[in-house]
Formats: sequence, structure tokens, C-alpha cells
Amino acid sequence: MTSLLVLLVLVLLSIALWQLTKIFDLTQVGKQSDDTQVANDNDNRVNGYLSFGFLAFIYLITIFCLVNYGKFPLMSNAASVHGKDVDQLMWISMILIFIVQTITQALLFYFSYKYRGRKGQVATYFSDNNKLEFIWSSIPALVLAVLIFFGLYSWTDIMFVNEKEEKPIIIEVYAQQFNWKVRYAGDDNVLGKANVRLIEGVNSLGVDLSDPNAQDDIVAEEMHLPKGRKVLFKIRSQDVLHSFYMPHFRAQMNCVPGMVTQFAFTPSMTTSEMRETKEMTEKVANINQIREAKSKKLVAEGKPGLDPYQFDFLLLCNKICGSSHYNMQMKVVVESEADYKKWLKEKTKLVQSVKTAVAEEAAAKLAESNPAKIDTTSVKKDTTLVAEAPTK
Amino acid sequence: MSHAHDNHAHDHHDDHHEHHHKDTFITKYIFSIDHKMIAKQYLLTGIFMGIIGVGMSLLFRLQLAWPEQSFKVFSFFLGERMAPEGVMTNEAYLSLITIHGTIMVFFVLTAALSGTFSNLLIPLQLGARDMASGFLNMVSYWLFFLSSVIMVVSLFVESGPASAGWTIYPPLSALPQAIAGSGLGMTLWLVSMAVFIAASLMGSLNYIVTVINLRTKGMTMTRMPLTIWAFFITAIIGVISFPVLLSAALLLIMDRSFGTSFFLSDIYLAGEVLNYQGGSPVLFEHLFWFLGHPEVYIILLPALGITSEVIATNARKPIFGYRAMIMSILAIAFLSTIVWGHHMFISGMNPFLGSVFTFTTLLIAIPSAVKAFNYITTLWKGNLQLNPAMLFSIGLVSTFITGGLTGIILGDSTLDINVHDTYFVVAHFHLVMGISALYGMFAGIYHWYPKMFGRMLNKNLGYVHFWVTAVCAYGVFFPMHFIGMAGLPRRYYTNTNFPLFDDLQDVNVIITVFALVGGAFQLVFIYNFFSSIFYGKRTVQNPWRSNTLEWTAPIEHIHGNWPGEIPEVHRWPYDYSKPGHDEDFVPQNVPMKPGEEVLHH
Repeated sequence: MTSLLVLLVLVLLSIALWQLTKIFDLTQVGKQSDDTQVANDNDNRVNGYLSFGFLAFIYLITIFCLVNYGKFPLMSNAASVHGKDVDQLMWISMILIFIVQTITQALLFYFSYKYRGRKGQVATYFSDNNKLEFIWSSIPALVLAVLIFFGLYSWTDIMFVNEKEEKPIIIEVYAQQFNWKVRYAGDDNVLGKANVRLIEGVNSLGVDLSDPNAQDDIVAEEMHLPKGRKVLFKIRSQDVLHSFYMPHFRAQMNCVPGMVTQFAFTPSMTTSEMRETKEMTEKVANINQIREAKSKKLVAEGKPGLDPYQFDFLLLCNKICGSSHYNMQMKVVVESEADYKKWLKEKTKLVQSVKTAVAEEAAAKLAESNPAKIDTTSVKKDTTLVAEAPTK
Repeated sequence: MSHAHDNHAHDHHDDHHEHHHKDTFITKYIFSIDHKMIAKQYLLTGIFMGIIGVGMSLLFRLQLAWPEQSFKVFSFFLGERMAPEGVMTNEAYLSLITIHGTIMVFFVLTAALSGTFSNLLIPLQLGARDMASGFLNMVSYWLFFLSSVIMVVSLFVESGPASAGWTIYPPLSALPQAIAGSGLGMTLWLVSMAVFIAASLMGSLNYIVTVINLRTKGMTMTRMPLTIWAFFITAIIGVISFPVLLSAALLLIMDRSFGTSFFLSDIYLAGEVLNYQGGSPVLFEHLFWFLGHPEVYIILLPALGITSEVIATNARKPIFGYRAMIMSILAIAFLSTIVWGHHMFISGMNPFLGSVFTFTTLLIAIPSAVKAFNYITTLWKGNLQLNPAMLFSIGLVSTFITGGLTGIILGDSTLDINVHDTYFVVAHFHLVMGISALYGMFAGIYHWYPKMFGRMLNKNLGYVHFWVTAVCAYGVFFPMHFIGMAGLPRRYYTNTNFPLFDDLQDVNVIITVFALVGGAFQLVFIYNFFSSIFYGKRTVQNPWRSNTLEWTAPIEHIHGNWPGEIPEVHRWPYDYSKPGHDEDFVPQNVPMKPGEEVLHH
């Protein structure tokens, strides 16, 4: 089937090509045989009109894209406080470059059409003009100065966190091929020390269990954030570069093995509030329509169908990190502070989990010396997927 | 060879041509030290590498539009290991994007573009018999050829070719446990690049020395065509920045093979702690982009130089603002070496450094804007001869503007946070440097083909090639901005593994269809190129009625370029449609008429 399609496309393409060449050849009819392969008046005319047509094409594809894909889900509806500033700056810059694009492309292709070569036409000898050069150096300079000013103002605002005054909640984000973990600092809001050299069994983040600050640390596989509180993420990676990317919060920072990077923001919308925004309901409805159609096809082929989609914030990996890079994500839940505290309370502390694991292991060892054997492999199971990849 | 060499010995420029002996096939076509033949060798190698690079992009575009579908082409090209039952594996996908990037950036747009036209034009447009060192020039080409062979060989190693992205950030590129392509494939990649850098440096040094020393009488720096200015400055940036990539590659080789820790620290992989301590991947990013960003201009400046020449010739009008063009080339060259940090706003480097790089990055928009406006003004009130080369040049100005404008978004650290590493970036750099530089290369090929092969390319095939390519290039990269702004990360094997981006799948299909059509129509060019070598219409000496010196040389290639004396230069190269002359062009070797005024500053 595919090979037939490919063949069909190839045939159609060659026909199109043949016809196009013929059109260009036909434009030569009636001329004396001009075989220099240098553009003559007729070529100039045809290509001048085509230039004008191409301008129309650029505008059309712009309009087409704006109408069909111009919902810009990440240029409005930011779920973080600083996101509003980012979006505003984005709109200003976008509108600006849109205007410049429209005008300059028009000039470029209109001139190509208007001044197409004709016999006897003489070009104007116009080699320079300091005033013009000055104008079009200084206007971009001024406009860019304004953009730089706004940009740097927001940048400083986003990137520099005053931990003493703002008292952000500290959360560690931990990246590994190919999943994420989070560590909450507990009641003291201070993370215990950690290093990959301390990784052992359940303690898969390498937390220093003898550190007093580590005693109340909690490790989770799903991120919960309270609405309206500033959160400072301390970001680590255990193997290769990853990137902590939360597009709905306008947040991104690389995860670098061997160092701790950070990014801070204040969530301004809970997951359920986000789900109810007009933009999001439309987007989700659209996606569900697509999924339904796909699901029907899958069921017809005898495969399991797809579940309907419900929006959740996601933490994505956005730096190439290996074969399953495309599937490295974690669900993020933003909720009221009360719900957040409740959720956190129900979590087991890391120290506790380690103790339980050690006890289980001891019990298992005991069982091993007994004739009745118990399978212990599940306790020691490795957390990394790479372990299964063939190594040379 | 001709006997017109007799009076060479009198010429002070060419003492090394006196003892001229008969060429054998090998010295003429293979180990040639003639710059025109070396230019052709670069071009042919570049076209071959280009076919591989573009072909790879078509393969992974198929995967992106119809993820995890079985295609016969995959089985055919990738084989059972990379595409079991015709379905591309995720590792194969990463290999393809990595090698596509490497080949297009280094082997096509750096080596083939600069290598071809610097070699062809520097001696011919300056009025030199050959490059300063023909031998070094030959070594440079053959090292480039060797590095191409190594890169192609790396596609066939058992563990797969390099697949850590063309930026090969460690630790991913350093540890075979992290991805299979970082085994032998990455070793070959690094060796290939090291050889490539040596080739590039030899070439660049040769260009610089030739431009400084071998200009003919009267060819002052401010009478040089803008092509030469662009090649000259490009070579300087290359000499400054390529050695830094070499050191990065060497340190990476040491980390990989000798257990050093320049870029690695605290790594737990495949169930064990590795011994590396104290290195930093961020250091590698700095070293890589210290080359990587100037590299963008190493690619783009020659294309802009070619365009300047082609636009002026075909507009029958002097290039507008010759001195401003030179100033902007110099400004771009200088700024390009201090903006690399804008690739690293969110790499974990100090945010204050990010502010500095935002500032320098947006500064570079100013000379770029000057260039764009000058091109448009050159068209104004011209008498435009819309040859294929001219159309490609106009196309370049168009994509340069479209792609350059989105640079204002990406160069702004605040806005970069959310579009970094998304398809927005892919769209931006493909338009501003990929497509633009390719257009520059095509413009150069269509324009100087008669000089290289003594025959003309078929113009109607050229028109078809241009218009379909122009439509498809925008068709591919314009919608890509939109999926980038919707947050779609680049380098994802499928975009439908989780539902968030399901609504962007139709855009991916459109992009792929445009890519396939655009790719297929490059065959028109390939056909035109190769058939015209043998069957093209024979050219006249100066088909485009151009001013520069290469058109004063005979059509038949000879060692030493000019049979008699080297032409002397009396004027700048842009006296098109100058009042007071009968023809609408006045070649550089025509003396000023008595009382003729210099009308430019």
C-alpha cells in the first residue's frame, strides 16, 4: 500500500515537473530562438509576476497558520505569576516582528516585480546615502534597546530569588534516564545533603541519611504544588543532561550532573482551574475528538482503544537524553495549600522507607537461611531503565 | 595545456608557475593543486554529502508525520537493525537527526559552500594566478575528503552512528552506557571532526594569506568585491573559533577513552557509580558554542557575499552602501564571537551572564538589519535580470529576514525560557542559516557554473527548481514556528506518546508533505547540474555582463588563470549603469575615463 502511494506520488511529481518545464518553455514561444540560457525580457516578466505571487503565498501561509494553529496555547493563560510578564513581552515582540516581516517582504517582492528587467530600461546609479544608512541603523537600535530593557528586567525578576525574604518552599527535582523524581524538604524546609555515591536500594536519590536535615525528607513520583506559594526548585541529574521544562508555567532549566541548578516560580492556577479555562476546554475537546477517531481505528484493528484525555500539567524533559527522551515526563498537580499539605502528610518519609526496606531485607535473609525460600528480587530492583540496555 | 604561458615569467605574481610540466590524469583531476579544480572537487563532495544529509531528513520527517508506521524505504535504507519490520527505532531516529545536523552544518554549508566559492573566486576575483599555497590547498581538500569518508563509514558501525545530537553534549556523548551511538560511532564522529577542523584551518589560512598578499595591481581592500570580503572575514572567524572546537573534541576523547573528568562528574548510570569527579558539562557547552555560534556566520557570511555580488550584477545597479556592507560584515564577525552564551541561557550558568549575552545578541540584529535593508534598496529602481541565481538571492533575503526576526525572540533570555529547544528554534535556525545558506550556495552555483564548467545550466529547470524549493521551504518551516510556540520539544521520536501534543499531529503531516515534495524537486537540480556538464549550452566569456575580474579570464581553464598579463584594476566592482558609459557595466579592469568621477564613497 505504502509503496503504491510512494510510486503514485513520484509519478505525479514527474508529471508536475514535466508540465512546469513545459510552461516555462511555452513562455518562449514566438520569440526568436534564444538559447543563451540568460534571462530575457520574457523570463523577467514571468518571474516578476511569480515574485508577486510568492508574496501572496507568504501572506496566505501566514494567515493559514494563524487561523488554524494560531491559538498560541503558551502565549496566554500562564499558570504562574511571572508567566504573565513573559507572555506580555512575547506578544509585544511577536507583533513587532510580524509588522516588520509584512512590510519588508512586501518591499522585497514588490520591487522584484516592479523593477523586473526590460530592454532599454536603465537602472538608477544609486550607490549610497548616509542619511538612509543612519535611519535604518538607529531605528532597529532604539527598538531593540527597549526590548532588551524589558527583557532584562523580567529576566532578573525571574532568575534571582531572595530566599530570606520570599521564603520559598524548597523542592528537589531529580532527573534520570528516563524519569523524574521529586524530593520535598519536609517541615524544616531544608533538603538533606545528597550525592549519587550514596545511592543504595530504596534511597535512589543518594540522600545522606545521617544528615539531620534529611530526616524529614520525602521522595515522591508525582509533583504536587500549592497555589500561590513561591516554589524554589533545586534541580539535579544523576546521569546525563536533561532539561526541566514546564511549558504551562513558562519554566525551564537544565539538569546538570555534578551540579545543582535552580528555578523558581509561583503557581497561580490550580489544575482544576486550568482545566476549566476556555482555552483549555477547547484544546482538550479537540484532542479528544482526534483520539476518539484514532481509537476507533485501533479497535477495528483489534488493538486496545485510547482513553479520553484529561488535562494535567506536565514536567517534560527537553534536552536530548537518550533513546526514550521523548517519553520522559511527570504529572504535576497544583492544588490549594490545604490539599497540598494533606497530600504531603500522607507520604512516607524517606528515612522510614529505608528502614522498612532494611528490615524486609533482614527478614528475607532470615527466610533464606530457612528452607522455605521467599523471592527477594523485587526489593533490589533497579530504578534505571538503562540497566536493561545492552552494553558493549 | 596551452602555450600561452610563455610570457608568464615576466609577471611578478607567479614565480611558482615558471616550471610548468605536463599534467597527468592524476595531477589534473585528483591531486590537483589548481584552485579551480579544487573548487570543483569541494562542490562535488559537498553535493554528495548534501544528498545524504537531505535524504536523512526526509526519512525522519516520515517518522514524525506517521510515527511508528512501517515504511519500505526504512527497511531499504536503514536495514533490519535500525528499522525492524520497516518501523524506525528510537535510536535510529536520534542517529539520523544527529548525522543530518552534522553533515548539513559542517560538510555541506561550511566545507562545500566556503570551500567551493572561496577557492574558485578568491584568486579569480583578486587577479591572482592561484592560491598562496596550492599544495596546502590540495591537502586541505583531501583532509576534508578523508573526514567525509570517516563520517560516512561511521553510519555502518554495528553499535550505530553518533546519536547524541549534533551538539554532542556530554555526558550523553561520552558514555556508551547512556546511548548505544556513543560507542564506536561517536569515536569516529570525533575523529572525523578533528580531521575536518584541520582541513578547515588549512583552507582558511590559505584564503587569508591570498587575500592579503596576492591582490593584483590596483585592487585595494576597498575595491574588493563583497564576495571576497565575506570569504576573507569568514576565514578569520574560522581560524579564531575552530581550534576551540578541536580542544573540546580532544578533551572529550580523553574523557571517553582515558578516564579523565573534564566534562563529567557524579554520575550514576546502569546501576553503578562512575569514577568521574569534578568536571562540568557546562564547560563543554561553552567550548562547543564558542565555535558553534561563529559557525553560524561562517556558514552565512559567504552566502551573503555571493548574494551581494549576484544581486548587484543582476540588478544592473551598484550594491547599495558598499562601505556599510563591509562594516556590517566586520560588526557581525566581531559580535558573533561574543554571543555564544545565548545557546545556554538555561544551561545553569549564572543568570547575570545570561543578561550580558542577551545584550550582545540583540546588538547583532543591527548589522543584520542594515544588510537586509541594503539588499532591498539595491533592488529599488534596478533593471532586474531575473536569472535563477538572482531569484535564489532574493529568496535568501526573504528567508534571512523571516528567520532573523524570530532571533529577536530567542535572543531575549526571558522569552527563550519557554521556546528553548522547541520546534520554534528548529524553524528559526533552519530559515536563517540553513535555507538561507543553501540559497546562497545555489545562487553561487547558478551564477558561476559557466565559470566552472564552461557551459550554462538550463534556466527553465532552474526556475522550476527555485519556485518549488521556495514554496516548500516556507511550507516546511513556517508552520514549524507554531508547533514550537505550542511547546513541542525538538528531538522527540514521536510526539504522540502522551496526549498533550496530539492536536499538532496534522501540522507535522503538512510539514512532511512539503519536505518530501521539496526534497524530490532537488532532483531537478541534480539532473540539471550533471547533464549540463556534458550537454549544457556552451557559455560566452561573460554571460551575465559582470564587472568582476573572473569574467576577464578565458573560458578554458588554464593554470595561472590569465594567458597574458594579470589584469590591472582601476575601479570598484559595482559600476553598473554608471552614467556616461555606453554599456550598463564597466568591468574593473577598464581604466577611468578622463574626468570620470568616483560616484561612491
